[in-house]
Amino acid sequence: MADTASTTDAKRGGKDAPPREPILKLVAKQGILIAFVLFMIGFALANSRFLDPENIMGVIRSSAILGVMALGVTFVVISGNLDLSVGSMMSFSTIVVLDLHDKIGPALAIPAMFALTLCLGAFIGFLVGYLKLNSLIVTLGMLSAIHGLTLTWSGGQNMDIADKSGTWFSVFGQGEMLGIPVPILLFALLAATLGVVLARTPFGRKVYAVGGNGTAATFSGIRRARVVFLCYLVSAFCVACAGLIQASRSLGSQNTVGQGMELEVLAAVILGGASLLGGSGAIYKTVIGVLILGFIQNGLLLIGLQFYAQYVVTWIIIILAVWLDIGAKRGRFLSPIA
Amino acid sequence: MQPGSLSTFLKRGAIWAFIAVELAFFSVAGQYLSVTDTAFLDLDNMLLLLKQSAPIGIIALGMTVVMINGNIDLSVGATFALAAIVLLDSMTWPIFAGLGDWVIPISWALALATGVVLGAINGFIVWKTGVDAFIVTLGAMLGYRGLVFMYNGEQPTSHLNWTLIDFAEAQVLGLHTATWFLLGTVLVLWLVMNFTVHGRNAYAIGDNREAAVNAGIRVGPHMMINFMLIGFLAALSAVVFYSESGSVNPNDGTLYELWAITAVVLGGTKLTGGSGSVVATFGGVIAIQLLRKGLGYIGADTETVNLVIGLILIAVLFLDRQLNVKGRQELRT
Repeated sequence: MADTASTTDAKRGGKDAPPREPILKLVAKQGILIAFVLFMIGFALANSRFLDPENIMGVIRSSAILGVMALGVTFVVISGNLDLSVGSMMSFSTIVVLDLHDKIGPALAIPAMFALTLCLGAFIGFLVGYLKLNSLIVTLGMLSAIHGLTLTWSGGQNMDIADKSGTWFSVFGQGEMLGIPVPILLFALLAATLGVVLARTPFGRKVYAVGGNGTAATFSGIRRARVVFLCYLVSAFCVACAGLIQASRSLGSQNTVGQGMELEVLAAVILGGASLLGGSGAIYKTVIGVLILGFIQNGLLLIGLQFYAQYVVTWIIIILAVWLDIGAKRGRFLSPIA
Repeated sequence: MQPGSLSTFLKRGAIWAFIAVELAFFSVAGQYLSVTDTAFLDLDNMLLLLKQSAPIGIIALGMTVVMINGNIDLSVGATFALAAIVLLDSMTWPIFAGLGDWVIPISWALALATGVVLGAINGFIVWKTGVDAFIVTLGAMLGYRGLVFMYNGEQPTSHLNWTLIDFAEAQVLGLHTATWFLLGTVLVLWLVMNFTVHGRNAYAIGDNREAAVNAGIRVGPHMMINFMLIGFLAALSAVVFYSESGSVNPNDGTLYELWAITAVVLGGTKLTGGSGSVVATFGGVIAIQLLRKGLGYIGADTETVNLVIGLILIAVLFLDRQLNVKGRQELRT
């Protein structure tokens, strides 16, 4: 997957063309944050309802599931790998927890679902970390394989909880605490925890080291395979949380509930400025990427554009964001490719 | 024997050996498990299999070229859907009303041009911005799909033209129209990749981009041509398929990119670029379709197909690594 052009560009930018102007430097470092603020101001001017607390809460709430998954994928991407299996894994955990809810009760169903999802994550982590297989193809294969597992588990049927009104299970998706919806609380809690883990612990630093330069990391005594393995476990844990929120919010689900989310999640992570080559990115940036996607969708609807226009805008924003990012790093915006 | 040539031979032949094993397995297993009376290796069944491989197959062939070039295209599914909509919708445009059946070539041309333009947009962005093709086409996948939905909302776009359907369902020399397009694409791309300057440069760029630049190859235009090529082929795939079915849903083509990549990887093309072959991809496409059909034939459910294909993909990756002599030497040093 490694795109040689961007590697050489990064090298060239570092050597003979460092960004001199302070504005360029600022854009390079905090471009995504600036874009985010500009967007918010623009939408707020266009429609007064945009900054309504209720509206903001609604946007974050609906982004929470995507956001929780994006947190885990951030770890995987920073370690220099990809995870395309999160969407289909989310379908799996949703179906499993809904099915087990009626069979063994919610108190047992939740840990059982987490255990199963972590097993899948461990399997992927083993293949990519210890066997050193290409993560794009492994997770592509697992996307298909886990979808098959989900269908086998459910027999192809939609899964529904029998007694929808009498279960405390709905608290994760529908409940509120101190006036804040529980999905937002879960998202915030996970983001804070994982943010600290990534930025302030030895494990977090190892993740950056492995993604930045795997060989150098190995030579400095970091067990690369184990770090990659753990990244996939973190990703699977986040997916399980997302599945829990999804299942609890709707208390019933199709087999394909997470289909296609893997690429949206990846879009959010990239929008947050993580490089697909690994070694850069941060949890707070991913959160901003997720929120940008959510607020764009909401803002475009509020100013009266049709729902699907957001996809076109997202496309333009992703490419502009990444282009500005690498352009500022290499000191010029046109690619050196002949 | 040169080092590595045995593994190359094994890898080249592997996909065909795999197909042979599949055929043998499903023929024998079918004797005991089959839900129908007809034999698996029935000629009509095999011809149908080729026809059904065509939509993904044509896209996968284009994906091979792009991946040999060191890039990837995730937007093919959306391009496929947009080209299909242009094809079916343009036949109803009032300006073409007086043309009768002559509207067919015009609609085909418009649909194919749509694919080329969408591919050119991707290629141009990759060339001029230097952003990784994975990101560019990931964004385009969302963007093009947005265009598809903006065109007609969530409504299907339908138009039946019986002349066109007769053409699409025709069998020339026993093979269906779609099969002819698939085989024709294999032949043309094989010639392009092996006997033209563009083909050789595509391999060179994928193998070592810096060396290609130093050798004076203009990397950008070659990449852009390849993106236009896969756009064209995604549109061709749509044109062939929707000429027959006559109705397109805005969600059609979703995940086609992943199926196409699966077929390409089964055929042994490297994600890192520089090696691979369109003929082996053709083998990969056939292998996947055989698996789908075969598992259905012995009474397995559709869910098993997903499971098996996913695991086979990972197994192929693992075996490929084990067979790769060069990789093992690197480990030793």
